[in-house]
This record gives sequence, C-alpha cells and structure tokens, in this order.
Amino acid sequence: MARYDRAITVFSPDGHLFQVEYALEAVRKGNAAVGVRGTDTIVLGVEKKSTAKLQDSRTVRKIVNLDDHIALACAGLKADARVLINKARIECQSHRLTVEDPVTVEYITRYIAGLQQKYTQSGGVRPFGLSTLIVGFDPYTGVPSLYQTDPSGTFSAWKANATGRNSNSMREFLEKNYKETSGQETIKLAVRALLEVVESGGKNIEIAVMTKDKGLRQLEESEIDDIVAEIEAEKAAAEAAKKQPPKESTS
Amino acid sequence: MKLDTSGLESFAPHQGVDAEFKELSLVASFEFPNVTNFDDFQKKAVQMVKPAKGTTTLAFIFKDGVMVAADSRASMGAYISSQSVKKIIEINPYMLGTMAGGAADCQFWHRNLGIKCRLHELANKRRISVTGASKLLANILYSYRGMGLSVGTMIAGWDEAGPGLYYVDSEGGRLKGTRFSVGSGSPYAYGVLDSGYRWDLSIEEAAELARRAIYHATFRDGASGGVASVYYVGRDGWRKLSGDDVGDLHYKYYPVVQEEEMTEAAAA
Repeated sequence: MARYDRAITVFSPDGHLFQVEYALEAVRKGNAAVGVRGTDTIVLGVEKKSTAKLQDSRTVRKIVNLDDHIALACAGLKADARVLINKARIECQSHRLTVEDPVTVEYITRYIAGLQQKYTQSGGVRPFGLSTLIVGFDPYTGVPSLYQTDPSGTFSAWKANATGRNSNSMREFLEKNYKETSGQETIKLAVRALLEVVESGGKNIEIAVMTKDKGLRQLEESEIDDIVAEIEAEKAAAEAAKKQPPKESTS
Repeated sequence: MKLDTSGLESFAPHQGVDAEFKELSLVASFEFPNVTNFDDFQKKAVQMVKPAKGTTTLAFIFKDGVMVAADSRASMGAYISSQSVKKIIEINPYMLGTMAGGAADCQFWHRNLGIKCRLHELANKRRISVTGASKLLANILYSYRGMGLSVGTMIAGWDEAGPGLYYVDSEGGRLKGTRFSVGSGSPYAYGVLDSGYRWDLSIEEAAELARRAIYHATFRDGASGGVASVYYVGRDGWRKLSGDDVGDLHYKYYPVVQEEEMTEAAAA
C-alpha cells in the first residue's frame, strides 16, 4: 500500500510540524480540563457542555479510570481519546501480567505519550488530537502525581495544570493561588479554577476525586453545587471585607 | 512461535502502525520431518537433547535475608568436565540466579535477564522487583517451551517488598517459595536443609546449614562436587560468604580418627 505510506506529519522549512500544531489547535477548542495535586488527594475537573435533553449523560463520561489507582481526563477530540484510553487500559493490565505489579503513573504516562509520538512519525496516520491529564498514586510509595501529555508526545509532571479551552486563564489563576492542600481544600481549588472560565453551577462542571484508599470517585451534582455555593460565599465575604472601611479609626 | 527479541527491537514502525501485526507472519519456520507419529518423534527429539540437570543448588529465605548455595561440578555423562563452574550467577548487585541444567542456556538467559532488569531500571527510575524479574524470565522460557532449553533456576534477591525467592524452569513453571533445591543432588540437600531449617537462623548458622546441605549432596551424588559456594543476599545486596572444596569439608565434618596402636593382648 505504497500510496498510504507517505507521512502526513512532515517538517516545514522552518522546523515546525504543522500537523502537530494543528492538533494543538484542536485541543484548544476542546472543553476545559483541570487537574490539581494535593498531599493526599488529586482532583480532576472538566467543563461539561450542556447535555441535550434526550441524551443519557452517564454515557458521556469525561473522566475515566485507567486502572484502580490511575485516572485520566482529556481535552480535544473525544473519539481519539477513546482509542488512546483503550490502549492505555490494555497496557495497564499487560504490565500487571508481565511483572505482577500495577503500573506507576509515570510509566503509563510515558506509554501514552509514546503512542502519541508514534502517530507523529508514521505513514498514513495523523496525530491524536488531544492532551491528557493523568493522575494517580504510586502503588508502593503512595506518592500522588499529576502528569500532562500533548499531541506532540511530550509529557511532564505538574502540581496543577489545565488544558483545553481557556487553559491559559486557568493556569494563571492556579499559578497565583496554588498552595499545598489536602482533602476538601484541593477540591475547592480545582473548582475555583474551573469557575474562572465556566458558568457557575453543578450542571456545567464534572469533578472526580482520587484518594489512595478509595480510588476514583465522581462527585454528585448536588455535592458540586454545595462546593460552588461555599466558594461563592467565601468570595462574597472577601469582597465585603475589602469594601468595608478599616475598623480602627484614628480618632 | 514468536522468538523473544524484545531487548533488541526499536520502537519506530517502518510503515504505519500495522507493522505490529505483520511481525507475526515473519517468524522463521522449517519443514516438518515426514514421520507417521509426529508427537512421538517430537518427544524423542526433546529427550535426546535434554541434558540431565547434574548439579546441586539450593536457596532459602530466613529472617535476615536469602542464603544461596551451589556446587561447582559440570559433568558430561560419566566424564567430569569441570570442577570449577560458577553456578551462582550475579544478575545485578542485589539479585542472584542459580544454574542447573544446560550451562549455556542458564548463563545466556541470566545475562539476558540482567540486561532486561537494567533497562527496566533506566526506564522506570527504580529497581525491578524479584517478582518482576522472575516473571520476565519465566515468560521468555515459556515462549521457548518444547524447543529443548534446559534451565532449572532460582532467582533470589532483596527488593522493596523484602527478600524474595522464585523457582523458574524451562517448562515455563514459576513458583514462589521459602526453600528450594534444584538438581540431581537436591534430594540429599533437601534432607539436610529441611531438618536443619529454622526461620530465626543467624547469618552464620544459615551459611553453615547451606554449606552442609551442599556437602552432603556432593557426597552421595556423583554429578555434584567441586567447591561449595555460599552467597548471602541482604538489604544492601549480595555478598559471597565462602567457597570451600567439598573434600576439605568432608574431613572437617568427619575427621579421620587415628587408629590406636595395636598392642598385644595381655597374656591370659
């Protein structure tokens, strides 16, 4: 099949891989996704575009399990995501079979990034149009990790990161407000970052929390509403405190 | 049967991603001999090339780690080809493998395992577990099942989960355990090992137990002899404790009692 062997991803004269950059554009048009790493909790959040009335929203899961201790959220082409996630899930089990050990977060990230890179250097294929946020706990040391991969196949570890639509504003917010948190505080930080770019309300946000003992847990809409309400209250209180004249008067 | 080239392959496909599936059709094949009963013929062929595992090796876990011991005799039938074979193979500074069966097979596949372990370390920034290493070896041996490899090995090491000991053989079997002995001298070694074993042996006691077990096996089994080597695997890796000629050990355990001078019986 010589006709289909020609590479689609070739270098431009000034050293760019345009297909990869176009793939990154596709990511930028995808829904917002954020990940925050705490000391004992890792939180993934995605923007949920309003579901059609007749659509069964349970079949549109955006945050998925790769194994008991690893989860993934992505931004970009969802069909590409399905293929990548299936391959990653198989690799998680294959690793368990060959070395009798669960994968580490770094290993599976390296595998996914390797796959994404392979598709930028093969004939007849195009790059995957998605960036992923991969979270999990190390099976032996229990250390939490958050990694990000992108269509070019690079990956790195982060304390908190965002991808997809308006990711720059979310990242700016995280850079300003990040601090080591645990438990509920971590969840609130992720929600606050998402609220910067998404209409507020539990209907438009999907949050999943991963802990070492309980694995991945998707939060109910009501829980998210409660957290959003808490955050709004905190914001209002902060605003009020700023506006109030200073109590100590120099009288 | 797909041969194991995983240590050598590159990951860039030449032509699209279907190359992974094309690999299956590239396996080398040969013409089958024209006999009436092929299965029988296959069995006889395997038996013909299968060297008997003339050796004694043993390993056991105790409270301070793993003790590994072996003899050093290589025999070709009734001919002793060498009295100084290294049967304890150093896979890496914290893992040992023992050799029983075909010497070439054991040496090659242990070195290959060492390569795989090192690659795992470099890729994952942490050491491979004894479980993982033994599984890698067992999977390779399984893929060569029926092709005449003769390997009866024990993988001993100390990893994050503590001391580990696995028995792996060329039939593709893999067993986790605390006491193993492999080879033609193993029944004799088991006798001494099992009767003297306690979990809370000290390092010196465990070494002496291992040494005596190898000695007794070399005493009764013609295919075992030479030097009894004893290695200890602890938290910081393995170290060689002793290598005693079994002849010397014999006279140490059973010194010759000087016969009394014959004296005339007192006249009745």
